[in-house]
Amino acid sequence: MPLSAIEIDNVSFFYNSHPVLTNVNLRVEEKDFMAIMGPNGSGKTTLLKIILGVLNPARGSVRIFGKAPIEAAGLLGYVPQDTWLNKGFPISVQDVALMGRLGRTGRGRRYTSGDRDLARKVLEKVGMWDYRDRPIGKLSGGQRQRVLIARALTVEPKILLLDEPTASVDQQFQTDLYGLLKELNATITVVIVSHDVSVLSDYINSVACLNRTLYHHESGELTEEMLTAAYQCPVDLIAHGRVPHRVLRRHDHRDP
Amino acid sequence: MIEAFQSEFMRNALLAGLLAGVACGIIGTLVVVNRIVFIAGGIAHAAYGGIGLAIFLGIPPLAGAVGFALTVSVIMSAVTLKNKQRADTVVGVLWAVGMALGIIMIDLSPGYNVDLMSYLFGSILAVPRTDIVMMALVDVGVLVIVGVLYNSFLAMSFDEEFAMAMGVRIGMLYYILMGMIALSVIMLIRIVGLVLVIALLSIPPFIAEKFCGSLKAMMAASVFLNFVFATAGLWFSYTYNLTAGATIIMIAAAFFFASVACEKALEHLGGGD
Repeated sequence: MPLSAIEIDNVSFFYNSHPVLTNVNLRVEEKDFMAIMGPNGSGKTTLLKIILGVLNPARGSVRIFGKAPIEAAGLLGYVPQDTWLNKGFPISVQDVALMGRLGRTGRGRRYTSGDRDLARKVLEKVGMWDYRDRPIGKLSGGQRQRVLIARALTVEPKILLLDEPTASVDQQFQTDLYGLLKELNATITVVIVSHDVSVLSDYINSVACLNRTLYHHESGELTEEMLTAAYQCPVDLIAHGRVPHRVLRRHDHRDP
Repeated sequence: MIEAFQSEFMRNALLAGLLAGVACGIIGTLVVVNRIVFIAGGIAHAAYGGIGLAIFLGIPPLAGAVGFALTVSVIMSAVTLKNKQRADTVVGVLWAVGMALGIIMIDLSPGYNVDLMSYLFGSILAVPRTDIVMMALVDVGVLVIVGVLYNSFLAMSFDEEFAMAMGVRIGMLYYILMGMIALSVIMLIRIVGLVLVIALLSIPPFIAEKFCGSLKAMMAASVFLNFVFATAGLWFSYTYNLTAGATIIMIAAAFFFASVACEKALEHLGGGD
């Protein structure tokens, strides 16, 4: 049996003894295109960071193609949420894109001309090569997002993780991005944290609903039970494509 | 201008100011972009505990300050890496405890009436040759370390989590950075004293950040600004008979406010982009 791209076994994580994730189990097969959804504060970003090896789970284990996350540098590309970004930082678009090569540079952490060529190719792909010398702080939200995607792609990852990549971009870029992800998905695994599963459903193969623990569905189909369990209340669901078109009734929402 | 620097002690002072400017421009840049100015201040003040301890034990004060500052920087790194949210409290406590320890140790030192002022506000005009050699060594060390680890420091400063995911050893880098901060801060104590250390570490990078497009350029510009501040400050202090350390800081502060005013004016004229 081939190794799963991502294998999460019984992972729990606490933040100041407050449980964020409880007994999460998830297997992402190679070349899967998975969406992770869930309400705010449900632990989506935390789960991504555990997969990346940025956070260590209190319990349980994570394997990336059979390796511990810390040994998997270079296998994982990551596009963080835009909100954290140090916007005044003196760094050019090109230097940000090059950062994706850090996992491949070995001990010296020096970039080669091959790294620079790749950064150029990737920046051209996301339409940011013309802005290569521009400081990151002088870009629009959408442009910045393109650069962060370029940075994740220069990793030449086998798995691409994206954390709400369309939160600050326009409709056109969103469509372009999903098209690009679909294209990449021919060769690599894609995991995307997103709220717009209705739009994504045209692209994804599977969905996981997270709210401290995980409700996973093998197909791209979302069921009412999954959503209800994750959000602890019925959710409006307007879907296209393979997911049946369905609108759930409105109700008085109360945050748990 | 030339005549001010004709005496040997003024030439030594200028050399000390320039040498300190190199390390402080580079490390100050890393301090500012990593937003750990408060931690640098904590190390500087806690170092006073080391000075007191050294005087009590009868070893050279600078050696005591270096040892103590390095120890404090290791503790602060460990705390910060473990819990970023609580780190500022711990830094504040170490800041105060270090100073208090220094004062009590000096109280307990028999018959010793140390000139507190020289450590609080600097004594650049009395820098001995040995200190200048030590500063040069620190400069070489900082240049080599930052040169070799530049891409890693850049990645850590810009986006720590991404750097981690790329396999950069953030913990190790952080300890190295804090160690270099401790050494730079001790150098600055000689020049401007520990009270004013923060100004010289943070003002040049703050000004440089406004017009620099890369971390490298920001480091170079900060070093250059440090040179300007040290030279101009020494000249003013000589000409008008003012305390050298404080004069250097006032020059830096004048540049700081001028740069802020310039930026506001540019924004107002719509020429900011």
